[in-house]
Amino acid sequence: MSLVSDNAVLERPLRAPATAHPCMAGVGDYISLLKPRVMSLVVFTALVGLLVAPGRMHPVLVLAALVCIAIGAGAAGALNMWYDADIDALMRRTAARPLPAGRIAPGEALGFGMILAVGSVAMLGLVANWLAAGMLAFTIFFYIVIYTMWLKRSTPQNIVIGGAAGAFPPLIGWVAASGGIGIEPLILFAVIFLWTPPHFWALALLRSDDYARAGVPMLPVVRGGAQTRLQILIYSLMLAPVGAFPWLFGFAGPAYGALALVGGAGMIALASRLYAAGDGALAERTARRLFAFSILYLFVLFAALLAENRYAALFAGAAS
Amino acid sequence: MADENDEGGIVLSPEQQRRRRARSLAIALALGALVLLVYLVTVVKLGPGVLKRPL
Repeated sequence: MSLVSDNAVLERPLRAPATAHPCMAGVGDYISLLKPRVMSLVVFTALVGLLVAPGRMHPVLVLAALVCIAIGAGAAGALNMWYDADIDALMRRTAARPLPAGRIAPGEALGFGMILAVGSVAMLGLVANWLAAGMLAFTIFFYIVIYTMWLKRSTPQNIVIGGAAGAFPPLIGWVAASGGIGIEPLILFAVIFLWTPPHFWALALLRSDDYARAGVPMLPVVRGGAQTRLQILIYSLMLAPVGAFPWLFGFAGPAYGALALVGGAGMIALASRLYAAGDGALAERTARRLFAFSILYLFVLFAALLAENRYAALFAGAAS
Repeated sequence: MADENDEGGIVLSPEQQRRRRARSLAIALALGALVLLVYLVTVVKLGPGVLKRPL
């Protein structure tokens, strides 16, 4: 089946963003270009990758590497907003962003994003290593070219494949600290990769009108709510065991294992309830709960991994 | 909004001037933070050898 065959019926209305008045841009507009909420997840998962990786890294270098990864993620956000200004203008959730609202000119957003992208990659190479820098560059490329420019507008599988961009930060953090790739960061990558579809499709179920208006072929728009709820359940069933892999593979302890099993069961229970709810107010309420729970689930897993690792390091330090 | 004056130049409104000042200050702070970060990373990476380099 072609990935790009499902959106033939969707036509995006052509509408240019409002005329830019660059002099009206405030500092907050440039900060919002960096998508700070997305950046917070990137920073947190990258920090876990940096700290649980083998090998000791000086705290200043950890901070510097984290800043580089955060700025790289922000650059990707700015470039995404630059390219998506036309569809952002058509969606209620994004119409007030600086580009569609006309407070920042497209060229300024492009320049801002490119400078930050090049600067963050070069700085990470100098601070940590060039493998991590190369991975950061690839992540920005993947998010902008593969996801934003291609997949987002052409297939309902957009966030499945594009979700890889959001799964890279712990891997980059691990490589920055250790200089190499092991099975552990690949498992962390897999956890976020499988977490992304249920998380975003729960949101897409609530915002399908917006996406339809903008001509973005999200799964609920192209295939309908029932198929989306089934896909959410399938990905939740895959996510629950993979979420426990860090414990099963021995690089997380029993506390993590217990939280992963309970959290995974919670994801499956909510996804099952959503699948059974059908269309209507109950489905909307359950989708909202699943969206919120998925954020908590990922945060708790990574926080538990970090806490256990730090506790073990402290214990090892005291014993030696 | 900006207006054009008699000589054809753009005159910024007080609000636009305030925002430009805020942008300039943010750029200055960001550059200062970058300089500090590069300085700290250099000291950490070179360690005690930072003062023992041939001139």
